[in-house]
Amino acid sequence: MTEPVTMMAATTRLDYVFTAGVAQSKNLHGLEEGKFIGQRCPKCKKVYTLSRGSCPVDGLPTDEIVELPNTGTVTTYCVVNVPFAGQSIEIPYICAQILLDGANLSFMGLIQEIPIDQIRMGLRVEAVWVEPDELGPTMASVKYFRPSGEPDAEFDSYKEYL
Amino acid sequence: MSGFPELTSGHRPVGVVSFAQYDNVRREDAHNEVEMLMPVVAEVFGSIGITKDDVGFICSGSTDYLVGGPFSFVTALDAVGVWPPRAESHVEMDGAWALYEAWVLLQEGEIDAALVYCFGRSSPGDLSEIMALQLDPYYMAPLWPDPTSLAALQAQALIDSGRASESDFAAIASRARRSALANPKAQLAYDRSPEELLGEDYEVAPLRRHALPPLTDGCAAVVLAAGDRAYELCERPAFITGIDHRIETHAIGARDLTRSPSTQLAGEKAGVATKKVDQAELHAPYAHQEMILVDALNLSDDVALSPSGGALAANPMMSAGLIRIGESARAIWSGQADRAVAHATSGPCLQQNLVCVLEGV
Repeated sequence: MTEPVTMMAATTRLDYVFTAGVAQSKNLHGLEEGKFIGQRCPKCKKVYTLSRGSCPVDGLPTDEIVELPNTGTVTTYCVVNVPFAGQSIEIPYICAQILLDGANLSFMGLIQEIPIDQIRMGLRVEAVWVEPDELGPTMASVKYFRPSGEPDAEFDSYKEYL
Repeated sequence: MSGFPELTSGHRPVGVVSFAQYDNVRREDAHNEVEMLMPVVAEVFGSIGITKDDVGFICSGSTDYLVGGPFSFVTALDAVGVWPPRAESHVEMDGAWALYEAWVLLQEGEIDAALVYCFGRSSPGDLSEIMALQLDPYYMAPLWPDPTSLAALQAQALIDSGRASESDFAAIASRARRSALANPKAQLAYDRSPEELLGEDYEVAPLRRHALPPLTDGCAAVVLAAGDRAYELCERPAFITGIDHRIETHAIGARDLTRSPSTQLAGEKAGVATKKVDQAELHAPYAHQEMILVDALNLSDDVALSPSGGALAANPMMSAGLIRIGESARAIWSGQADRAVAHATSGPCLQQNLVCVLEGV
């Protein structure tokens, strides 16, 4: 008599077509051109980067497009020392929240070209983009951020974004 | 203001005072979920002259499995705006169940109005695979049965019981799509005879194409208001006089698929039979399911069935149930009906059912 089956693997995989939407498409096309695109709320006037098209405070469409500069401030950071599956960057490395100048929402970015013991809140940084022929509608168009050489930002200038 | 109806469920009269829905479409690939919801939320508030600051609770219904991303229900809140902080909740269910949660909170008397919204897109993934994952994960889901095949088993069981024929299914589909011609939000509407529809090929026997719901991207929203507040916002609120939901076992083989005891019980608890019913909006995605629901609710021949065309006219996931409540409320507001039954379903082959009785004064 054959052995009874006591276990089976039932694998699951689902594939999706992602709809970026009108707002995010503008952001993604901006990245394709090596630019950060923000969107302004008509009511509170805040500028959101990588927006899904609405102001999360007011629930209104952020229709006004704002081109944002290449520079920003590290509001907070983390030094990654823990290896994990699928890690693509050599540890230790710095992951930081970056507030672009003129934006009211920070996003996470990789910081390079600075010794890890010199990373600090308020550090001024600039984006380093991939080669022009490698630009695409993805955040991978930004290789990393590096110190811009400007003096550190005052705490008061970013304290609302921690 | 002209008083409140007698309540079967609860003790505080809560009315549906506003309803809005997205244009039901096969594939909404220009706008993301937040962009779909924003105009709907703006309409559901704007049409009664209120804002998000006027509701004490927000409850939504959706499932991340349709979006293919985690916490999509959290990002969807961006469509409403949640500052200052809001009391908010979510159910991984059709918006009709989100409405139930809001109704329960309104019963407690601390708030006077609530927003309920829901969204569901069928187009980003393969719905037949996604829906298989709602099944019991040990014995059913690994077989990947698609919802149409399961519905076909139910339809065949109904035929075998001697209570229905394929002609009945065609007659239901013909009537629903003809009713849908008057519904500007309908995705699928036509004027074709049952005989003509019977000429279609089987999708999964005994179900032909006409007996299946369309694949729909959509979303919807409702505002509920209690007591006097309902009359401030709406001339003739559609008061919820009875609401109840029940579920059957997940083991499909253990159910009599030709009957819906959960609908029957929910209908009894919601007091469907206590007074004359003018119309019933039934969430029957597959044509034969309408017959099972009519039986379970014991609706008489003079009840107008799904005047909007029902889920056969548009079937946005997680939303088609709340839309049944919204359409019923609209019939009360216009005076087309004084008492309407709205039904929502979830799970395979009508596994879980909600019944809501709405009345105007």
